[in-house]
Amino acid sequence: MMCGTPPRGTDEPEDPVKYMLLIYVPESRTAAPDPAEVGPMMEAYENFNKAVAEAGVWIAGDALHGTDTATTVKVDDGGTRLVTDGPFAETREILGGYYILDVPDLDSALDWAARCPGSQNGGSIELRPLVEFPTG
Amino acid sequence: MPDDGRVVAGVAAVFREEHGRLLATLVRGFGDLDLAEEVAAEAIEAALVTWPRDGVPRRPGAWLLTTARRKAVDRLRRDRNHAARLALLRADAERAEVVAAPAGDDEDVPDERLRLFFACCHPALPMEARTALTLRCLGGMDTPEVARLFLVPTATMAQRIVRAKRKIRDARIPFRVPAAGELADRLPGVLRVLYLVFTEGYAAGTGTGLQRLDLVDEAVRLTRILLRLLPAEREVAGLLALMLLVDARRDARVDGSGRLVLLADQDRGRWDRALIEEGQTLVVRSLTGGDPGPYAVQAAIAALHVEAAGVETTDWPQIVALYDVLARIEPSPAVELNRAVAVAMRDGPTAGLALLDALRDDPRLRGGHLLPAARADLLRRLGRTDEAAAEYRAALETVGNDAERDFLRTRLDEVTPGS
Repeated sequence: MMCGTPPRGTDEPEDPVKYMLLIYVPESRTAAPDPAEVGPMMEAYENFNKAVAEAGVWIAGDALHGTDTATTVKVDDGGTRLVTDGPFAETREILGGYYILDVPDLDSALDWAARCPGSQNGGSIELRPLVEFPTG
Repeated sequence: MPDDGRVVAGVAAVFREEHGRLLATLVRGFGDLDLAEEVAAEAIEAALVTWPRDGVPRRPGAWLLTTARRKAVDRLRRDRNHAARLALLRADAERAEVVAAPAGDDEDVPDERLRLFFACCHPALPMEARTALTLRCLGGMDTPEVARLFLVPTATMAQRIVRAKRKIRDARIPFRVPAAGELADRLPGVLRVLYLVFTEGYAAGTGTGLQRLDLVDEAVRLTRILLRLLPAEREVAGLLALMLLVDARRDARVDGSGRLVLLADQDRGRWDRALIEEGQTLVVRSLTGGDPGPYAVQAAIAALHVEAAGVETTDWPQIVALYDVLARIEPSPAVELNRAVAVAMRDGPTAGLALLDALRDDPRLRGGHLLPAARADLLRRLGRTDEAAAEYRAALETVGNDAERDFLRTRLDEVTPGS
């Protein structure tokens, strides 16, 4: 996917669906960010934030603190709460932030994800549709 | 009143031709692949009952569409949950209209199959599901047929297809044709699916026969449809050209007992002249108007092979030059391997062997039979029979196709006399 492809609407009205864009970044990058990279990266994210806001697809989005701040909770069958330090699994890539976008379909979500700085520079973005529970 | 056999055969032919179109139009209308499949199948069943009795209607496609649409509407009336789910997908008035208006003539029913191609070949689906879905939705095959073609149990294939359809629905993979600006990004994925179906049939990875011609025929048929839908896309023409120029050699590629016959030993009189001519015309089309794509270049190589009277008179320098182009626009170890074999034909086995040796550490070729088989052949031609024998044995360990295995074993016997 080339970056900078302008996201476009579909050719027919569609019921929008919400996707969560999970931004995975190499652990090393978050632990000791290269000062030379921080400025351009912040600027890239600012541009992306502006673009999703202007397109009206932005629902939510945040950056996360590093995995050294993570705590995992798991409740076993007996109701005992198991709280452990750190992320659920040790991996080379960690969840660094997320967006929730409201777009017509997967192609549109992929376009936004490809534009997001999180999918560039060695990172990757996992896309998951949000489950819509029927109301009423 | 026509006799039943003829009508039933006619129905089968119409079904095969119309199924993809019918399904695509229904998906466009209802936005739901499962519902579209169910009512398409019901319409076909209805046709099997009424057509033998009343005769094939003048516009079979429009008849099937009208029947399927009625069945869909009935079903949605009966099944409120299903209707509610579709309402969620917003089967709005505009969409209902698309389905509700079966035109007077087949020509007026818009061909929506291109959408279906791009949905079935979407990069968000696993490759094995893409080929299966394409054969099922556009080839009009049922799951057991697709399973047979890929030599997997029906239950395995059914699960693969169910999972893929679930992902299309839940992740909202759209039934849409990419815009002009996206096409360059997405079309190669569709071509790759068709190419994989073709190569799986042409050089079957597993099984008893060298070729599985039903897969080859289906790949060619689907690629012809795609070219009709995208006549200006030169790579579609290139892919079809490649398929036809390779397929033209099918009768000469195996002998009477199903054994592999090498290009050098093939009876060129048995090559299909009509396919070659059609392929040559398409090659010109695919190469005209800008930088060629990878399928156009491969088709041009195939054209040079079929245009020669024999292996000795083949234009090997030109073939090497085309592999140079291919290595630049779509580099891969397979391209390097084929290029090395062409260099061996142009400059002699030693030159080819040096290039193959450079590929020995490539992890992408490790575990496959192609590299040892190619090395074995060049070593044999150099008279280094002990080394050739070792490479033939290595190739035999990994080859999956019985006809190729027989060929390698025959060659091994030749270089190890008296063993």
